[in-house]
Amino acid sequence: MIRDFNYLRASTVKEALDLLEQHKDDYKIICGGQSLLILMRQGLVAPEYLIDIKNIKGLNTINFDRKNGLRIGATTTHRAVEKSPLIKKHYSVLLDMEENLASIQTRNWGTVGGNLAHGDPAGDPGPVFIALNAAVKMANKERERTLPLEEFFIDYFETALEEGELLLEVQMPIPPPKTATVYEKFNIIKNELGIVSVAASITLDENGLSCKDARVVLGAAAPTPKRAKKAEQMLVGQTLDEKLLDKVSEKASQEADPIADIHATEAYRRSMVKALAGKMVKKAWEQAKTSA
Amino acid sequence: MKKTLLNITVNDETFELYIKPKKLLVEVLRDELGLTGTKRGCNTGACGACTVLLNGVTVKSCSVLAVQAEGAEVTTVEHLADGAKLSALQLSFLDQGAYQCGFCTSGMLMSATALLNEEPKPTREDIKEGIHGNICRCTGYNSIIRAIEAVAEGKYREKR
Repeated sequence: MIRDFNYLRASTVKEALDLLEQHKDDYKIICGGQSLLILMRQGLVAPEYLIDIKNIKGLNTINFDRKNGLRIGATTTHRAVEKSPLIKKHYSVLLDMEENLASIQTRNWGTVGGNLAHGDPAGDPGPVFIALNAAVKMANKERERTLPLEEFFIDYFETALEEGELLLEVQMPIPPPKTATVYEKFNIIKNELGIVSVAASITLDENGLSCKDARVVLGAAAPTPKRAKKAEQMLVGQTLDEKLLDKVSEKASQEADPIADIHATEAYRRSMVKALAGKMVKKAWEQAKTSA
Repeated sequence: MKKTLLNITVNDETFELYIKPKKLLVEVLRDELGLTGTKRGCNTGACGACTVLLNGVTVKSCSVLAVQAEGAEVTTVEHLADGAKLSALQLSFLDQGAYQCGFCTSGMLMSATALLNEEPKPTREDIKEGIHGNICRCTGYNSIIRAIEAVAEGKYREKR
């Protein structure tokens, strides 16, 4: 049963920031509420004030240009990302991700910013955006700041957002030439949360032979989405063969810090991280070879 | 807690309601407006029985605060038929026996309606994707898919 709260609706960013400042320590922000309402129903979250940002103009946007790359406003729905021709053309991994994220109904109302701010390590956008080298823009009444997304996630359901601060947008640079990013989650029922997931981004040299840069990001395998940095380092400067792939996947699995729960044991999650990391690195590598 | 004024259009009829902000859309539809065609199933956003159209797209009405539908247009299963005249999808569901207990039906119909609005010629895969968020525990999926296919193939064109 949801506990009573005071409902406040903001129609501009400024209005929202004023409300956040005014009700510090006692509010939750709602946008789509697809995660929040579940917590509220369970009584895990019972805010005094619920501040609705769904109708703020200008935050529900997808922009792309050759200089700044992709910018997704915080209140953009998952479905809008999925249906965006710009995203299909330039960041197809996001389309793959969205098509496997929850149900159409949830994607129609749930938002990208809400997903990130919820801070669930099993969320799909976190690992994929980090693989794409994303940053997030936030603001409070005094200032704006931008943070690499990998520093945004602090612990289970805990982010860098401070009291009075609002997530405004996610920014992703143009991927360098010869780069491919892929993502897969392992689950029993399609489109449910991943038991574990792995996103990989590989940048090859101009000849498409050796690895210039790599990102291997684990989802649902640690308290936050987590880069397997040692595994990434093992790839840089190398050419790919089965032996290296095996070592890299093993390292990624060691770098995971998973929990055991009703869905899987810790050992099982590590094994699945290993399997998925190998599969994703290989897939990204193959795609990077043929990418522009 | 202060009640909030909600202006909402449901099935082409406008309403002004004073509700507690914590009221879910499904509660307002069923308990305030008496539109019990929309079913309350799992209440956690998992089953899809409460699916309605909100400004033309499907949402799970158990997972949307009614106050967020301020100024919006909601369409429920009651709006599909024109009086006693059933919609193409409803007829097709009947012909294909796409019911067993019927609890998922209104949600299925709303998801199918949204799918056909968006993609009038869906593939079988599109249909499966389209009703992915709706669970049928009698496992009547094949008949439901056949029913949607039949409408997409134009078998009920004159009745739409």
